[in-house]
Amino acid sequence: MTTDMSTPPAQSVPTDQPFARGLMPAPIPVQFLDELGHRVQVFTGDYPEPSREQLVAAYQAMVVGRRFDVQATALARQGRLAVYPSSRGQEACQVGSMLALSEGDWAFPTYRDSMALVTRGLDPVEVLTLLRGCAHCGYDPRATRTGPQCTPLATQLAHAAGLAYGEQRKGRSTVAMALIGDGATSEGDFHEALNFAAVFKAPVVFLVQNNKYAISVPLSKQTAAPSLGYKGIGYGIASEQVDGNDAMAVLAVLNKAVAHARCGQGPVLVEAHTYRLDAHTNADDATRYRDSHEVDDWLRRDPISRLEAWLRHEGLADDAFVASVAQEAESFAAGVRERMSIDPVVDPMSLFDNVFATPTSQLLEQRAMVQAELEAEAEVAGQ
Amino acid sequence: MTLTATPHTTPAPKQVTMSGAINRALRDAMTLDDDVVVFGEDVGTLGGVFRVTNGIARDFGEDRCFDTPLAEAGIVGFAVGMAMAGFRPVIEMQFDAFAYPAFEQIASHVAKMRNRTAGRIHLPIVIRVPFAGGIGGVEHHCDSSEAYYAHTPGLKVVTPATVQDAYTLLREAINDPDPVIFMEPKRLYWSKGSIESVTAATTFNSFGRAAVRREGTDVTLVAYGPSVEVAMQAASAAADSGWSVEVVDLRTIVPFDDETVVASVRRTGRCVVVQEAQGFAGVGAEIAARVQERAFHSLQAPVLRVAGLDIPYPPPRLEHIHLPGVERVLDTIARLQWDDDVDTRFLPGDSLAGGT
Repeated sequence: MTTDMSTPPAQSVPTDQPFARGLMPAPIPVQFLDELGHRVQVFTGDYPEPSREQLVAAYQAMVVGRRFDVQATALARQGRLAVYPSSRGQEACQVGSMLALSEGDWAFPTYRDSMALVTRGLDPVEVLTLLRGCAHCGYDPRATRTGPQCTPLATQLAHAAGLAYGEQRKGRSTVAMALIGDGATSEGDFHEALNFAAVFKAPVVFLVQNNKYAISVPLSKQTAAPSLGYKGIGYGIASEQVDGNDAMAVLAVLNKAVAHARCGQGPVLVEAHTYRLDAHTNADDATRYRDSHEVDDWLRRDPISRLEAWLRHEGLADDAFVASVAQEAESFAAGVRERMSIDPVVDPMSLFDNVFATPTSQLLEQRAMVQAELEAEAEVAGQ
Repeated sequence: MTLTATPHTTPAPKQVTMSGAINRALRDAMTLDDDVVVFGEDVGTLGGVFRVTNGIARDFGEDRCFDTPLAEAGIVGFAVGMAMAGFRPVIEMQFDAFAYPAFEQIASHVAKMRNRTAGRIHLPIVIRVPFAGGIGGVEHHCDSSEAYYAHTPGLKVVTPATVQDAYTLLREAINDPDPVIFMEPKRLYWSKGSIESVTAATTFNSFGRAAVRREGTDVTLVAYGPSVEVAMQAASAAADSGWSVEVVDLRTIVPFDDETVVASVRRTGRCVVVQEAQGFAGVGAEIAARVQERAFHSLQAPVLRVAGLDIPYPPPRLEHIHLPGVERVLDTIARLQWDDDVDTRFLPGDSLAGGT
């Protein structure tokens, strides 16, 4: 057994088979592991079981991801981050969505998907740069093939559709994985993006992490649809719903969805049923709108312990392995903590960079004004 | 007048309409660069509701010029993604007011992507917006929406007033590494002129350079897009009254050419800004502020504005009252304190009466 964090190659899935129910999602969420980690078969017919290698990698990434998330929440409380929207409890979605991708694929995340980006291999400090308040995006989206974390809800979905279509036009076999939450399915851009993706047969997978709340507003006030997965049908998009706390099921469905998109069969919409264990952000108070018993219920469906139970049962994990992964996670968090304890350096003059390729004369005038102000301040400070 | 064939002279350049010039610019850019793609509502088979993209889908194929679903935010968002994949989308918003659903995509993504990503992703997108009125259009078809875009950092805002500029500025917009809102004055679509088209890859150099369309010594009229023609007509009429009027056509609202505008006002000492858009908090207000900041001591009179009324765009039978015309421009020129007459319109009632 190993604690090597390198991501295994994305799993190949036979691509000649369309989804068994056409556009229709399963009537209840696809599930491979029950809440105790027992192997079950709930509408699993379409989906090959993920490889053991991929499942072990998912376990490791979920443990590290959760530890990272808890660390980031702590950093927000300490004032090291301006704010942090946690995805604790959504580990199976955060990790599964990224492990289903190949290196050349693109991800289009939201502000709540920091854990996914860490799983994708992005530098955690670069990921936290937005929330640290130093810059709008700390990583190189082109080099990492990861769009900047998007705050205006659902707006990045059309970018994913356009990029996926454009990549296909350029003869590249790129798939775009676009992440959103349940609240964002009410936004117009969600619907426009799904429609564009379907009409242009763009290789996009839309993953809705239905974590049951849009800040404080519960799903029941967001939609009357029986499943958010049904929203794909009207656009002609193959759709599915999955137990979003079952990493094996999430991976199985997304492996298939990515393969479906990659081989030119068009976009896929997946609703993953999961739960946001923490408040919207550290600045939110979840006790104002939900009962702690509800949270306790979801704690019992913990994605990490479910997969761990199965791995142990299959002989793929033992106490030593679990301890070594936990140690890996601690080291990862310690590294983040240490690097984030250093006060960041920001350059005021960078404000004028990258408004345009070439600054306008008006920007140059304002730049000179700020430069003079800073020099005057420095002179006063130096006296 | 009789037209006589004169076989020994070079035939005059063919007259084209402004919409024809835009069509030519699209074709020339598409011929030079396979990454230039045109899409939007009805731009394919139909050739656009104003026929600006006439024949392009037929001649370049539907991969290069295509119809999309009827969803403006989707069109702009899709263009963002295609630009990220290496294309140079030129997209059409069918009418000014129909671009509003796309405003979030434009303001939050198109305008900011270079800045948000520290220059790693830039978006060479041209968003063509047929805009402004004077064509008898019913509501929602005649808005002057340039101020929304000009107020958004990261966007270049361009509006041609001549047929040649429609060609040249669009070619430059497509070449530009940054997003450009290309605002086409609808009522000039059928105006005619000759164009010099450029079929080789060229660096154009008109952005941020206003054009002096008519030289004069007494007063500067600053205008852009559909108002340039009004300013030119007013300048001709003013000459009859003995005023020598200079007309400056901005060509690009962003980047703004302070230098040409201010140099003109320094020469003439008087300035009137002419815009078709409603005046309050508009582009004309910005121009007036910039002129008085930079040329205060050259000014013989306050900078005045001639603008549309601060009303929702009126129904067609009343638009002539809303639209700034030659008479309103001439009346405004007349108020520029030519004989040191104080403009009394804004004085409090009693203050000139000697008071207490």
